[in-house]
Parts: sequence; C-alpha cells; structure tokens
Amino acid sequence: MRRYSAFAIAREALRHHTGWERAWKSAAPKSRYDVVIVGAGGHGLATAYWLGRNHGITNVAVIEKGWLGGGNTGRNTTIIRSNYLQDPSAALYEKSRSLYETMSQDLNYNVMFSPRGVLMLAQTEHEKRGYLRTAHANALQGITTRFIGPAEVKKICPIMNIDGPRYPVLGGLWQERAGTARHDAVAWGYARACSDMGMDIVEQCEVTGVTRDGARVTGLSTTRGDIACDKLGIVVAGHSGRLAEMAGFRLPVESVPLQALVSEPIKPCMDIVVMANTVHGYMSQSDKGEMVIGGGTDGYNAYTQRGSFQHIEETVRALVETFPMISRLKMLRQWGGIVDMTGDRSPILSRTPVENCFINCGWGTGGFKATPGSGWAFAELMATGASPLTAAFGMERFREGRFIDESVAAGVAH
Amino acid sequence: MLILDCPYCGVRCDETELTPGGEAHLTRHGPGSDDADFERYLFQRRNPRGVHLERWRHAYGCGKWFHAARHTVTMQVFGTYPAQTTEPPADIVERIRASDPDWTFGDDT
Amino acid sequence: MPHRLSRPGRRIDPARALHFTFDGAPHRGFAGDTLASALLGAGRILMGRSFKYHRPRGPVTAGQDEPNALVGLGQGGRFEPNQRATATPLFEGLTAISQNRWPSLEHDVGSVNARLSRFLPAGFYYKTFLWPASFWKKVYEPVIRASAGLGRPPEGPDADRYEHLHTHCDLAIVGGGIAGLAAALEAGRAGRRVLLMEQDTIWGGRTVTDGAIDGTTIDGLDPAAWVARAVDDLSAMDSVTLRSGLMGAGVYDHGYLTAHERVADDRPGADAPRHRLWKIRAGHIVTATGGLERPLAFAGNDLPGVMLASAVRDYVCDYAVTPGRRVVIVTTNDDAYRTALALLDAGVEVPAVIDARSQVTGALPTRVRDRGVEIVTGSGLRAEGTGRVERVLVCDVTGDGTPTRRIACDAVAMSGGWSPVPHLWSHCGGKLTWNDERGFFAPDPDRPPVGADGTGMVSAIGTAAGHMDAAACLGQADTPVTQPVERLPRPTWIMPERAGPALRSKMFLDYQNDVKVSDIQLAAQEGFVSVEHAKRYTTLGMATDQGKLSNINGLAVLSDAVGRPIPDVGTTTFRPPYVPISMGSIAGEARGEIFQPLRRTPLHDWHEANGATWEPVGHWRRPYCYTRDGEDIRAAVSREIRNVRENVGLLDASTLGKIVVKGPDAGRFMDLLYTNMMSTLAVGRCRYGLMCSENGFLMDDGVVARLSEDTFLCHTTTGGADRIHAHMEEWLQTEWWDLKVHTANVTEQWAQIAVVGPRARDVLDRLGGMDLSRDAMPFMTWSDGTLADLPVRVFRISFSGELSYEVAVPANLGRALWDRLLEAGADMGVMPYGTEALHVLRAEKGFIMIGDETDGTVIPQDLGLHWAISKKKDDFIGKRGQQRSHMTDPDRWKLVGLETLDGGVLPDGAYAALDDRNANGQRKTEGRVTSTYYSPTLKRGIAMGLILNGPDRMGETVTFPGTDGKVHTARIVDPVFYDKQGARQDV
Repeated sequence: MRRYSAFAIAREALRHHTGWERAWKSAAPKSRYDVVIVGAGGHGLATAYWLGRNHGITNVAVIEKGWLGGGNTGRNTTIIRSNYLQDPSAALYEKSRSLYETMSQDLNYNVMFSPRGVLMLAQTEHEKRGYLRTAHANALQGITTRFIGPAEVKKICPIMNIDGPRYPVLGGLWQERAGTARHDAVAWGYARACSDMGMDIVEQCEVTGVTRDGARVTGLSTTRGDIACDKLGIVVAGHSGRLAEMAGFRLPVESVPLQALVSEPIKPCMDIVVMANTVHGYMSQSDKGEMVIGGGTDGYNAYTQRGSFQHIEETVRALVETFPMISRLKMLRQWGGIVDMTGDRSPILSRTPVENCFINCGWGTGGFKATPGSGWAFAELMATGASPLTAAFGMERFREGRFIDESVAAGVAH
Repeated sequence: MLILDCPYCGVRCDETELTPGGEAHLTRHGPGSDDADFERYLFQRRNPRGVHLERWRHAYGCGKWFHAARHTVTMQVFGTYPAQTTEPPADIVERIRASDPDWTFGDDT
Repeated sequence: MPHRLSRPGRRIDPARALHFTFDGAPHRGFAGDTLASALLGAGRILMGRSFKYHRPRGPVTAGQDEPNALVGLGQGGRFEPNQRATATPLFEGLTAISQNRWPSLEHDVGSVNARLSRFLPAGFYYKTFLWPASFWKKVYEPVIRASAGLGRPPEGPDADRYEHLHTHCDLAIVGGGIAGLAAALEAGRAGRRVLLMEQDTIWGGRTVTDGAIDGTTIDGLDPAAWVARAVDDLSAMDSVTLRSGLMGAGVYDHGYLTAHERVADDRPGADAPRHRLWKIRAGHIVTATGGLERPLAFAGNDLPGVMLASAVRDYVCDYAVTPGRRVVIVTTNDDAYRTALALLDAGVEVPAVIDARSQVTGALPTRVRDRGVEIVTGSGLRAEGTGRVERVLVCDVTGDGTPTRRIACDAVAMSGGWSPVPHLWSHCGGKLTWNDERGFFAPDPDRPPVGADGTGMVSAIGTAAGHMDAAACLGQADTPVTQPVERLPRPTWIMPERAGPALRSKMFLDYQNDVKVSDIQLAAQEGFVSVEHAKRYTTLGMATDQGKLSNINGLAVLSDAVGRPIPDVGTTTFRPPYVPISMGSIAGEARGEIFQPLRRTPLHDWHEANGATWEPVGHWRRPYCYTRDGEDIRAAVSREIRNVRENVGLLDASTLGKIVVKGPDAGRFMDLLYTNMMSTLAVGRCRYGLMCSENGFLMDDGVVARLSEDTFLCHTTTGGADRIHAHMEEWLQTEWWDLKVHTANVTEQWAQIAVVGPRARDVLDRLGGMDLSRDAMPFMTWSDGTLADLPVRVFRISFSGELSYEVAVPANLGRALWDRLLEAGADMGVMPYGTEALHVLRAEKGFIMIGDETDGTVIPQDLGLHWAISKKKDDFIGKRGQQRSHMTDPDRWKLVGLETLDGGVLPDGAYAALDDRNANGQRKTEGRVTSTYYSPTLKRGIAMGLILNGPDRMGETVTFPGTDGKVHTARIVDPVFYDKQGARQDV
C-alpha cells in the first residue's frame, strides 16, 4: 500500500495524479475463507480489520450486496460519544471513542475525527437528574464527562436559546472528548487497510442462502457463487432479520426508518454537537458548513430508506426552538436509513443458535460511534469465542430479562 | 406519510392521526409458558421485507386498534381490519396473494 | 460587458425603477428583475466565489438551479445567506452582500486555493493532515472550516413568521408550463379537484419565450396567448386551484406532497408570513416540471460570462439584459440556436456558433446561418480570460484540444442538451430509464412510485417525461401545433473528447464545489467506481443545487472512466426538497410560547400570579415551589415542607391521571392490569396499586378507588394518564376483547386539591357539608359530598404521611374550592406547596416515586413492594416477565434508606462504588442513589437508594464517590425516616 501524506500528494500533483492506486482492491470471491463477514459497512469492515490486526486472521472476505459503506455508515449524523449510563455500553462506546482518537494514524487515512465535544441538554428536572446520574456513572467507568449549568452551556454554544419559554435549558451533560468524524472515510479507510492485509472485499455480491452442516455453519450461497467458511459474521444492520432467517434463527429486531437532514453550508457558527432529547433533535455543523440534523425514528417497519414528513417537521421545529437562527437557513436535503432496533434498544454482539455463526446488529440509531470498538470486540468474540466487551450483549439476555437499557437515564436518543 | 382506513369509524386516516403498534397476531404467552415461547412472544419479530401484518391505533380519532396489511418496501396497503381477530380476513389474503402468490399467513405458536 | 438592452423585456417594467445595494454599492434595476438580471443590467458579472478554490464566478443560470450567484440577503433578524440571485425577485431597498470572500469579492485571499488546486484534488483531505494527531482538531480543521461554508450565519431570532397550509385534491399538478396547463384543463373539465402549482411567478414555462423566437402556434394562437387563455379558462373552473410562486418540494408516501410558497420574501416587514408550507394530500400527482439544460464540460467553462444558452436568452428576452457584447455559442443541439436568434434580434453580436455535430441542418440552425452567423461544425472549444471570458479557442470536438481558431468574445452561451427534471418522480422510488439518443434519464412509466393501492401515484408529463416538443408536451393529438422540427443532439460529455490532463483539470462539472472532470476520473482510478462513492469522494452533486447542473455530466464522465454504460452506473438518489426550503417554513407557526401545546390545570393562572417557579412535567407545568419576597427557592421549599408537617398545605394535584374503568368485567380487568388484587376492593375503599409492563418492570402507581360494584377510578402519575389509558385500551382491545369493560380518561374533567397537614381536617370542617372525622371517613376511604356548597369527592389518602384529604371537584369549580380553602385556612397559615416539597415529604416517609426509584428496569420486588403483588392471581401483566432468571436472581439491587455519617446530603445520581474493577476496567458498583434531599423536618440529609441485597445489610456503610472528588459514606437504613409507625396519617 502506498502511504498517504502531504508529500505523496505533492509528488502526484506533478504528474496530474496519475500514480494513485485503488484505495481497495475489487475482488472476486474465492471458494473458501477462514472467516466471511457479511456486510461491508463500518462495523463489518472494522471487524475484518481487527481480525487481522489483533488475531492474525487475514484469510477473510467481506461481502457486500451493494456498495461499500452504503448503508447506515454513510447515512448517519456522525456523532461519536461514550457518555452512556450502563457499564457494558459505556465500556464498548468508550473503547470505540478511544480508537477513533488514533484511527486516522492507524489507518493512514484521515477520518477527520473531531473531538469537538458533545452536549446533551437537560430541559426538565427529570432529565437533569438523569444526566447527573450518568455523570456519576461515567466517573466510575473512567469516562470524562461533567454536568454543566446553563451559563456554561451558553458560553460553549452561543447560538443556543437557553431561555426558551417552553423548555428553558437547565444544563447539560458535557463530554469534551466526544465529537464527530467523516463517516464515509471510516468505511473507506478500513476497506483500504483490510485490502492491504490481503483480505477480499467483494462488492455487488448478495447472499442468497446460508449453508449448514447440522448445527454448524459451513458457508454461503451468493449471487457470485458459493463461498465456504469456517466462521461467519453477520453484520448487516437493518437486513439482519433476513440473514438470520436464512441461517435459521429469528432475532429480537425490527427495522424502522430513521431520518436526517442537512442545511445549506454556512460559515462556522457551532463548534460542538448538541443533543436535545426533551424536544427530540440534535445538531452539529459539518466541516463543509452544513448543519447536520437528526431526530427520532418513524414508528413502523419499513425498508425504504425514507420516512414520513411529520418527523422531519418535528425535528426542525425542535431545533428552531433551540437554535432560533436556523429558521433562516434552508433544508438542503433529507434522507433516511433503515435502523435495526432491539427489545432494549442496545446492540447484539453474540453467538447464535448456529455454531460458528456470529451476529452483530441492533445498533439502532447509534451505531456509527461504535464502529471501531464494535469491530474490535466482535473480532475478539469471533476469533476467541469470548470478549469482555461483548459479554453482556448476547442475544440470550432477552430470555433472561437482563436488559441493557440506556433510555433509563433520560429517554436518551443515541 | 401513510394513509390507512380505520375499519371502525371509516375515516381515511393520515399517519399523524395514528400510532403504530408493531407486529400483529402475536400470541400472548403468560404465566406457565416456557422461556422460549415467552421470549418469542415478547421480542422475536418477523420484520419482513415484504408484506407485514401490523397494529395501529386510531389514537387521534376513534381510539380503536386495528390491523393493517402493508408492504414494507412498496408501502402498498392490502387492507385494514379489526384487531379482534386471530387471522387476516380472506379478502385481504387474496389481495396479498395477487401481488405475492407465495405469501402465507403463519402462526408461530 | 453585461449591460441592459434598449428593448422591452417580457418580465420587467422599465417605468418602475427599484433601488438596491450589492456589497454596499447602490444600484438600480426594474420591477420584474431578479437580483441577477439587475446586476447584469448594472454591468456586473462577478457575483460569487466558489466553495473550494474560491474561484470568481458569475451566474450560469437564470433560475433556481444556480450554483454560483449566491448572496446574503437582508439585515439583522431578516438576514439570510445563500440566496440565489437568479431567483431572488428585486424589490425596493434590497440589500445583498457577496459570500465566501475576504476582504472583498474582487480581491479574495482564499483564491490562493485556486493556484494550489493541483495540490488539492478530489479527496486530498483524506490523504493528509494526518500528523500530528492532535493537529486535526486544533489546527487543520479550524482553517478548513473557516475556508469552507458559504454565507455567514443568520444573526439571531428570525424576525419573520411562517405558516402551514393543509389541503386535499384529486390531482396535484406540479409545473405550470404548457404540459401542466393542458393537463389541468383536461382534469378540470372532467370536474376533478385540481391543484396546479408553478414555482415561477408567471405561467407557461419555456414555451412562451422560446415559442416567440420560433413563431410557434398552438391551436392557432401564439404561445403567450394560448397560455393566457388556458389560465383564464382554469381560473373560471371552481374545482381548479391555480398557484404561481408555489414550488413542489417533496413527494412522500401515499400521495403526500409538500410545496413551498414564497409569500413575502420581496416585502420584508409586511404583515404576512414570509413563507407558507403546503401539505397536500393528492389522489394523484402529476409532475410537469420541465427540463434543465446541461452545461458543457470544456476548459474554462466556469469563467464569469459562461452561461447556459437558455439562461442567456431568458436574460435577453425576459429581462432585456445581455451577459456580453460578443457572445459565442457552443452547443450539441438545435435548441441553443434560439439563443443566437434572440441575441441577434437584440442587436448583440454572435461571432460564431460552435456545434459538436458534424452535420447541422435543422430549421433553427438554418435561420441562424441565413443571418450571416458562421456555424463551426464538429467542433468544441475552451474559454480563456482573466476574471472573465475574453476569448475562446476552437478545436476539433473529437481531438485533444489543439486550437484551430481563436475568437475574441466576452460571453459564451453553452448547451449540452436538456434533461427532464425527475426529482419529484423519484422521491418515493419512481425509476428512471436512460435515453441514449438524447442522453438523459427520464421517468420510466412502467416503474412509477406506488401509492397505498399499489398503483402508480405519480405520473410525469411533458418535458419532465422526456418530451422535447410542444405537441408531445400538450399530450392532446387534436390540438394543432406548428413549431420547427429539431434534429437530434450529439451527447458530448467532455469537450474535446480526447483532452489531456491539463485541460481536464479546468473542466468544471460541479461549479460550486469545484469538482472537475479530472476529479471524477481520479475517483474512478482510485476505485470509487460506484456512483455514490464517486459523489461522496469528490462531492459532485452535493452543493446547494444538489447536482441539477452536474449530475448527468458527472455520471457520463464516470461511466467513461470505468468503462461501463451510463445506465449501468446509475444515478444517485434524488431526495427532497427539489430546491432548498426554509427551516422556518418547516417549523411553521409552532414556536415560542406555542411550540408545544401547554396543558393547564384550573389553578394554573393562580399559580402564575402567586410566585410559582414552574417545572415542566409532561405537557403540563407544575409549580416547583412558590417563592415569597426575599426568599430563594431552597428557603421556599423548606418553608412549604415545614408548613405541611406542622400546619396545613395545599397541593394542586389536578395533573394526576384519573381513569374510570367500568363494566361487568371491570374487576377482572383490574386484576390483570394491576399486580394487586383489585377485584376484592370494597366499594368506598381506596387501595394503592402497581402497574407493570409485560416485561415485568414497574411502570406506574397510584391509588385506586372503587366507586361502585362495576366501577373503578384509577389514579396515575402526572404525565402518565395518556400513556396508561392507552395501555389499558391496548390490552382491552387487542388481547382481552371479550371483557365487557369501558375506560375513560377523565383527568381534565376534575380539579383535585390535596389538603395536607395536622390541621387539614380543621380547614375542611370550616368549609362545612361533610363529616370528615376519623370514624366517618377512615384512612383509605373516599366519599362523595359537598364542601362549601361545592359538589366534591374526597379521598382520604396520603402521599406525605400527614393527615391528608384529596378533594376532587368538577374542573370548572377548582378555582372556587382553592379560594375557599385559602380563605378558610388563612388564620391557620394555610399555604400552597409545590412539587419539590411534595418530593421531600414523600421521601421522608420512604414512599417511592415513579421515575425516581424506578427507571424502567426496576421491578416491584426490588422496591420491597411484595405486599402489593398478589400471589393468588394466575395472571397479571408482567407476572410472566418477573419469572425470568434475571428477575428472580436473589442478588439484586434493592430499596433501602441511606443516611450519611456526617448528616450531609448525598449527591443526586451517585453510585455506590467498590474498590475493585470489572473485566473492562470499570469500578464495580453495588448500588445507586435514587432520591436524595435535605430534610428540613429532620434537619439532615436523607436518601433512598437501590443497593445490592440492601435490606439484608442494615447498618452497613457504603461509599458514594461524587463527581467533585469528594467521597460520601452512608449507612444503610430503613427507608422510612419519619413517623415509622404511620401514626400521623391515621388520626
């Protein structure tokens, strides 16, 4: 792999950039791999990457029915934070956040991780108490967060209206080392690194069946032929139910639309990410200058990557109330993703009833932030059979009633 | 922005009048059921990429719960019917089969 | 030089001059001008700077698809960035400023980026700024952010208002060109309810201007007359609504259409909403949205003075301005010859038409040739100049760009052919089909987006469907149309086709984002071969025009680079809105005080007038406390608590949910809803009940009163009434529909006032009318009666541990009862108390609070509430869930009281920590604080918490690290801190 650097760009500039190689090789599938990962989104690619980096497993294929990174990896609002309440979530998301800190250097690919700070607003007493609780939990989890008052909120985010007549801002949970990253670059950077380790990234390859020998998985049928494998990892977000059905088990997962939108770009006016859960909306400003906005999910199952207008309306209304100046910005584009929601709204990183078949799904509205940590932990689970980071996220927890419920603090959206 | 006809009051409902209620025709497993049945009832979902039988409530209208047969990709609605039933009515099944001949109504229990 | 022509323009009124400023300099235009046409008329072509390289740019269009001429408009609370000068109607006093430049539009420091452009190819930022790691956030990113962005942010609260309009129609037709008008006429004559909308302020679309050049007639009339007649006819139809200035913005499922109306943009300060968002339910949607002309990708195609050919003729014919005195035309099709004719008619010099086709024989080119203009066939060109077009170099279109001629000029009109506007068709999944002959994607009528009934819900007609002549657009075979026949275009994606890298890196595809042909080719070379990858890697089509100008050309270049046909490469997804719409219009009227409906109790106004500090609870507001002069909140709360313990307090409890459950099977249903046995409750009695979710978690609590054999009144938590009522109905309707039970949420029918404290009975006795003595009305009973001549229902229940009556009256009498209680108790010191006092009072008694002691993961068993869980019942909601292994685990966190060793107050939300760590390096915990207060009664801190096996560990101490570094130690104690025997409430 040719390394990226300012020097490399300068050298290429002199010859009209004719020397750049493909970022990742486009591979046709071989007949057999040690590990096949289905789904070349951020989580699938990160899993492959850490299988190679941490466990020395490189006879790996990542297969993707469409284009790499084309699912929720490329459709989210790029928020990265780890100020979760429950210990298992906090461990996983903090692992992930810390991996983001060095991801650009690890991958030699600038993913533009910007630890600009994430602020979760408290606008009711109940929400405030929930965040105070989270701040205490975070301190014991080794995560630096603190509850700040309205004056400090105004100072770090001057465009916010903290005296709204309906829901005045009572403070917020502030995580300074949280932030955003460039979502596409995460997928591309991992793909490039995996390809460099000799793994095959197979795009335009749709799984049509899972083959088993008794209770054990042996491979896949795909639109590009049969592929045998020792271990199978399913990392396909909203399409998890379909793959699980092919493998012969059912998941506690439902797929619903989640929408987002951006404004036209303007000069920098907001240096942090704000999440306002009482009114349902969150916003940050991209490096391009667009205000990136998200809200809640639509409530019905759909696979359309679009949603209903009233949710856009509700989100924009909430944010116009919180940031009055955006009233005079224009919505440039709205879009939707398909998110997979579990019974407790926390993810599943788990063995399955099918031997050697593993599943990573159920990230709901908050998967992007977990990308590197999820890959790290899932790779460990697949390679060694167990990981302390995934231990609590098994799918058997629903049968046991052992939930990882993050909504308990303050109805927190991801 | 879905439109569903409320089978009770006859109103053609805008989605904003409705609250969604997830998969229909789940069989409740109460005390005495085994763990697997209870888990299936409470958590496991068909989540089909295709025809879905789902629950809605005409919350900002007559208040009644009803069922809808809707395609989760095309958004086609094959019909709505009262919630007090254990299977979809024959005319709706017929309409579903007209678009998906292989479709069958499966009861998981 | 651009200038105003001495000829009439279709849209402008030269008799009405309008004054405006651009970057502070005063200018003059005419009524009917756009800001862009007025600036051109004033001799200015430079109107903006591009996003990445800060290149100088002039307008390239005359409409909403403009990528270059974006300005900041207005001032103060009416400032708005990124307004398209080409679509901004001029008005008196308009103030505009240029964007993305410093210090001035002419001299922009950022334009150094253009000189460095060779070092800033597509995706350069992914490959650099890698070291040192901390520099991205601190150094590189701030510089990039400051250089990116377009206009400056709005300045503060919006001075304008917005509104929504809801409407229904059988047929919504988007686009008021001849296709849309004809479709509306047909549907209107058939009596259908039609809404016809046109984003422009005038009707007829391109046909009026172009038809006048052509000499087109429709039904024997010139196009303007035909359009005028059509509009007259439509206006006379009752079932047809016509709206110009209304843009179809987005199509959503099941025939939902949003449209954006600019009501008062050109009247700042008018007493009108600035924008109106239309929310339309249409039986069917017709898109008659016409087409967009494509630019040509030649070197220097972004120089100010290079414009779309259709834009040049619109400026000439409609606004009587020209972008130059000598205008070269470069084209792949016949349509651009109309521009030549318009320029010639206006007396502007056209030195040559450069046509990519080798054979040019159409009627329009012949007319141009006949007027002495040279047509250079089989050719392309490049444009050169400093800051604007000064010359073109002609070359063989199939060659490498070696110049064959040089032509001096000051403007270039280009046409790469036309594409249908497929946006609204595509928003809900309508598919497109590639037309290879003409080089465009058009809606595929066999694969429309489908509606609720499974049939197509959108149809495309006219140019939007791919029809490029008037007769086909009308869609009516019996309407006679005369118009020149156009020959086929020659789709030409880069010009010349074998251009080398030097030329390709000057061919702009996406103007605003500075995406060049070389960038797309680089993306393909690096493996970004999916159209979405190429878009995201290069930012092609991601500018404020959302690819309206660049999409097809970019696709074609990508297709060539990856060696796959264009239809195989496919398009990116079209997303709403068609043109950006204001956030203000999306939010609508609901802002400020009316952001969300506010629920008010009958006593709301009294609280407001008497010092209430409000706390939002659900959609209600409740008084947190009532402060008096010289008092802070803490002092007020203490006073209120002490008054309840020593005297008597009043609480507005109207927000508590009240649901009536009635019917022959009400008892059975209640037994399923609550964990308790409710069917055995005697009429006249009250019982505290718990409700769980099917998962077993405690979700609500409250006192149930049995009103009669078949009627129960269920109290719920504040904010819980709607949810619990919905919960009841869900079970009743979808699971136990055989039960004969009705429920009704009567929360707002009643005002409810808690009269609490040792002197509560004294106050109530003074009102007179009921015997409220212990014998007549024991604890946990209720009774109907009158107090102070008001009809009341009195509940003898207590959430404070004091003697307490909750008195319910019909809502309209709530204030009267409140006033009489205040009067009657005045000399006893009666005073209201708020929610914080309520919380402390209940915590002193160890009563749980839903949302404090519970959080959706707590089961009643955790809270020591076994006594409220019936063991006799076979079933209740949550019973099976509570039998799962994690719920029956003996080692759970359970409710206890916590007493700090130093008498201080435990921090809210603190966790009880152990010294060791778990496998993930986190401190292990053994519990948490659920409620913590300073008790003015006990004069020390009190708390409740959930502690691992807490009830078995009475007297042990646990430690709570604070977030401030301080560690608090507390002893595990009984959660009832005050009056453990419960004597005070039962007097």
